[in-house]
Amino acid sequence: MAEPVLETQHLSMHFGGVVALDNVTFTLRRGELRCLIGPNGAGKSTFFKCLTGLLTPSEGHVLMQGEETTGWPPHQVAALGVGIKTQVPNVMDALSVQENIWLAARRFLPSAQADAKTREVIDRLALGAIARTDLGQLAHGERQQVELGFVAASDPWLVLLDEPAAGMTAGEVARMTEVIHELNRTAAVVIVEHDMQFIRSIASKVTVFHQGAILIEEDVEAVMSDPHVRNIYLGKKA
Amino acid sequence: MQGSVGRDVIATLIVSVILIWALPLMVGTYTLTVLAIYAMLGLSLGLIWGFGGILCFGQAAFFGLGAYTYAIAAINIGESTLPMIIAVIVPCIFAALLGAMMFYGRLGDVYLGVITLVVTLILFKFVNSTAGPAYTIGNARLGGYNGIPGFPTLNVPGRTDLYIWGDALYYLCAVALVLVYLGVTWLLRSSFGRIAVGIRENETRMSLIGYDVRIRKTVMFAIGAAIAGLAGALYANWGAIVTPGLFSLSQSAEIIIWCIVGGLGTRFGPLLGAAGLGYLKFLLGQQSMINNTMLMGLILVLFVLFLPRGVVPAAISVWRASVGRPRRTGRARAMRRNRRRDRDDG
Ligand SMILES: Nc1ncnc2c1ncn2[C@@H]1O[C@H](COP(=O)(O)OP(=O)(O)O)[C@@H](O)[C@H]1O
Ligand SMILES: [Mg+2]
Repeated sequence: MAEPVLETQHLSMHFGGVVALDNVTFTLRRGELRCLIGPNGAGKSTFFKCLTGLLTPSEGHVLMQGEETTGWPPHQVAALGVGIKTQVPNVMDALSVQENIWLAARRFLPSAQADAKTREVIDRLALGAIARTDLGQLAHGERQQVELGFVAASDPWLVLLDEPAAGMTAGEVARMTEVIHELNRTAAVVIVEHDMQFIRSIASKVTVFHQGAILIEEDVEAVMSDPHVRNIYLGKKA
Repeated sequence: MQGSVGRDVIATLIVSVILIWALPLMVGTYTLTVLAIYAMLGLSLGLIWGFGGILCFGQAAFFGLGAYTYAIAAINIGESTLPMIIAVIVPCIFAALLGAMMFYGRLGDVYLGVITLVVTLILFKFVNSTAGPAYTIGNARLGGYNGIPGFPTLNVPGRTDLYIWGDALYYLCAVALVLVYLGVTWLLRSSFGRIAVGIRENETRMSLIGYDVRIRKTVMFAIGAAIAGLAGALYANWGAIVTPGLFSLSQSAEIIIWCIVGGLGTRFGPLLGAAGLGYLKFLLGQQSMINNTMLMGLILVLFVLFLPRGVVPAAISVWRASVGRPRRTGRARAMRRNRRRDRDDG
């Protein structure tokens, strides 16, 4: 088996009396593409925030490539080479698509190379037509694309995406899937998603969160046919 | 990018030379000198607020610190070159320490405003209370509410017998303003400046990209303070006396009003707001019918209500709409695209 690039050990997070994460031990290996699913409030985003440094876990450890990163601020985590997309759209509204992506590219590259990288990412994500438009004037799906552009521009070895396909058109999701597979060639990827169609098209292995803990961790098809999982998702597409 | 920077610099220089030459034909150089100094002070806040997203209620503190530092250093040293340099460095270091405390402490914007305000108040109270002979730094007596008069003013570097005053001081201040303006232009075009604007727009996103927001905001804050300090040192030379009023809250408030009226997010707006309102204040000072502070307040209210973006951004919009090439705006394009997509989906 490939070596682990991301591990959590007994990770817990409490908000007052609410236990959002309960003793989560998780391993992601090099080259893996993993989906996290689970009903609303299962703790997926909280798990994400503990990984990215937006939250400091109440207990437990986070390790990236064997290095303990528990409690590191986000910029330090990102500086390791971790590409991050949060659930809430998080962009620079008053700046153009080009400038947004350049800012991500510039973090790891000198200015001239960042220019080239920006052009490359814009081509790859087919954002050429809106390159000079300010983010504030874009539709939701396009803003999500730009966030994926941030990730692509930083050449990460670990990619963390919280609901990247939410609110996108079918065409946009298809392109998104393509880009994620491309990123996966050089990076391990973790995706939080709801859309089962999307998950089927993308992942081999799925981790199911329920009430702050990992319920099961199996292949997509096995997870889909699991009666317990179907029960949790009752009324949903799966 | 490179080409446009060159054009920008040349345009700035041409306009500056014309203004520096023409303005003394209409307004006295004594008044113009202080307007140039105000403009520099406005630019200092315009930089950190408009581009760095840091609303500092205490920009006057750095202005006053620059002025006092110059006065004290000039009394002790005599020759003016070194005191000028120290007067820039002291506010810069003070702001770096204060900024590090605030930004590493992850204070919210409101607390940042409150702290800068309180620091200004404390400095004002402190300097005001230094009347006794116990308060001396070297040969300089701080003088409390009377301030410090009679310090050596600017001389030609190395020539303590050749003072720079009157028209010469005007040209010096005007050139200093142009240089600071060009420096700010360069800074904003540099990676540091572009990243600072990104941080203004979305701190969380910038840190998730991997930027250490704390150190960058601290540096930006310190640069703003250095410029305010330089303005303060020049002001000390213009007035030939420094008083605690420099640190006052009303001075701080005025700088904020300059920025709002002139237009945030532009380099020229705060500069124009400072010079324009400064000149208005000068004209009002010659009569006693209208209360100056009330008029400033009224102007602010009117601007917030009717021209919230300020003079310069509004003028740019008007110019683009009428004279400029009819360029399709991003919003119109996005709306057309959305309509197209809606059709495709349906
Ligand atoms: N900042 C917070 N303060 C209090 N409770 C929170 C906070 N963030 C999340 N929670 C709670 O933690 C639980 C998990 O939320 P979250 O991680 O957002 O779930 P998911 O992303 O799986 O929908 C929910 O019960 C939510 O209400
Ligand atoms: Mg979530």
